[in-house]
Amino acid sequence: MKPSKNLAEGDPEAELLADGETPASVTRSISAIPIDNPRPRFWWAVFGAAFLVVLLLCASLGWLFVRGVGIWGINIPVAWGFAIVNFVWWIGIGHAGTFISAILLLLHQEWRTSINRFTEAMTLFAVACAAIFPVIHLGRPQFLYWLLPYPDTMDLWPQFRSPLVWDVFAVSTYGTVSLVFWYVGLMPDLATMRDRAKTKGWRRVYGLLCLGWRGEGRHWNHYTKLYILLAGLAAPLVVSVHSIVGLDFAIAMLPGWHSTIFPPYFVAGAIYSGFSMVLTLVIPLRAVYGLGNYITARHLDLMAKVMMAMGWIVAYGYFCEFFTAWRSGDVFERYVAANRVIGPYAPYFWALMICNIVAPQFLWSPNLRGCVPVLFVVALFVNVGMWLERFVIVITSLHRDYLPSSWGIYHATFWDYSTLAGTIGLFLALLFLFVRFLPMISMSEIRTLAAKREASK
Amino acid sequence: MSGAPFGTVAAFGDERSFLDAIAKAQKAGFRRIETFTPHNVEGEAALLRRRPTPVSWIMLAAGILGGAGAFYMQWYAVHDFRHLIDVGGRPVDSWPSFIPITFELTVLTAALVGTAAMLWLAGLPRLDHPLFGSAGFERASQDRYLVCVLAEDPRYTPAAARDALLPAGPEAVNEVTK
Repeated sequence: MKPSKNLAEGDPEAELLADGETPASVTRSISAIPIDNPRPRFWWAVFGAAFLVVLLLCASLGWLFVRGVGIWGINIPVAWGFAIVNFVWWIGIGHAGTFISAILLLLHQEWRTSINRFTEAMTLFAVACAAIFPVIHLGRPQFLYWLLPYPDTMDLWPQFRSPLVWDVFAVSTYGTVSLVFWYVGLMPDLATMRDRAKTKGWRRVYGLLCLGWRGEGRHWNHYTKLYILLAGLAAPLVVSVHSIVGLDFAIAMLPGWHSTIFPPYFVAGAIYSGFSMVLTLVIPLRAVYGLGNYITARHLDLMAKVMMAMGWIVAYGYFCEFFTAWRSGDVFERYVAANRVIGPYAPYFWALMICNIVAPQFLWSPNLRGCVPVLFVVALFVNVGMWLERFVIVITSLHRDYLPSSWGIYHATFWDYSTLAGTIGLFLALLFLFVRFLPMISMSEIRTLAAKREASK
Repeated sequence: MSGAPFGTVAAFGDERSFLDAIAKAQKAGFRRIETFTPHNVEGEAALLRRRPTPVSWIMLAAGILGGAGAFYMQWYAVHDFRHLIDVGGRPVDSWPSFIPITFELTVLTAALVGTAAMLWLAGLPRLDHPLFGSAGFERASQDRYLVCVLAEDPRYTPAAARDALLPAGPEAVNEVTK
């Protein structure tokens, strides 16, 4: 795919929706995906494979509940193994959705319209995967409710000064608000699905789900205000959630964690990994379902640029970590920094540098950025890189801290890998169910765009 | 289906004639007009003189209550002797550490109450409506813009409503019964 001419000529709006699209054609082609299931073989192949991996997740969790967290590689000193690495990775991926739907909505970036529904769904499923990890890492997950303030007979409440307790509130709020935001956005489209469904059964299902939406002027009057306000609320929420995750580390006294750069650097990393995951998923789906008219070359180009910008903020974060370690003059800080680069986990560190810093630099060239396979491969690299980043942060700081007598080496076990793989399967399975049964692009918003263009002609 | 009239509905293919029809119906003296559109049409609310939605005020109030409640919960937890967790003798009133949870619960209550308020104000969920039975209504969620002169308007007669809507050039005009 060549970079389009209009891009250089500075006509961005025309590039967001292909020529000849009308409200009717938009509705027809987007709703056809859930109604007609145009690519059944592709859908079954991916969903089937993902479902098998979900079974692996069930087996891993079952064995975990029988034997306890000892089946993982965690021990002292590395008590936060894969579970926390995966948690931070997934919650980071979950950030692109709300960033795209809320922050870009408030900034009047119309290009968000084609991808916001899909990325919001991605957010929900990523948060669902993320939420599994801290719970199973508790050791006794049946006591999960102890994390909440409730009138208990033990007279014991959570420690509200702890970032780990903040995290409980942040992640559950984020999950709930993302769900509400996504569902509110879906309501008009569910009404469209009700009116286009071919069988009475589906008409009933969509009719119930849309809560009787009928597009009344009175509905829109309240609805549009609510939607923009939810976006306004979700925007600082995105920033707060990963800041708090960053504080989980920064408030601990460990060398390599105790740093003020963590919250902003974590937020940038989250958006970085979120955009790379969006590209990883959107590129194949767009090709298979023929959505090039809605998710145009310009959309991919803009996402690539945001990804690159975030990549540079993350790179600055890495630089800052090393700089402060050196400037602090603290022997332990300096040791941890050096240990990351040349210690036992150095291969992970260098792989991280290649994935997160080197790989995205190819996107400077408009030709390479416009080449979809290159963009896809770079996005894959960044996905892996962001996982490695969390691995390096969690493991290298923990395995050698202030007391050399308690140093140790962490090895992940089969069950660590199977749980990680299992959540990837769960994520894909949920995403494919979403693609199969719900419109993956917001029809009502694209219709607005199409109607506006028709009127201006 | 009691057979009592609900109103007269006209369907339009584009926003311009739809807005034109509202203006024409108002000119004919009708005040009770409702619209059904596949997306929010700019200018419709102003034309029908809709009052600004109270959703924003409701959300503000809910957010303040939620935030104050969250802060009070944490303040209570450290001042109530039973729930105090003393870590290394740190000060009891460490209010800055209560801000994150206060913020999260502010957002949570505002979002949930705001959504409930939107549904309440819009009269949803409502699973049946006279218009669902009318011919062509399924297009209102896709690509047609409907103007409905309601039967509750004192001037309403099917013929008068039809006469008011026809000059704007609708694709179809139907009478809908309850």
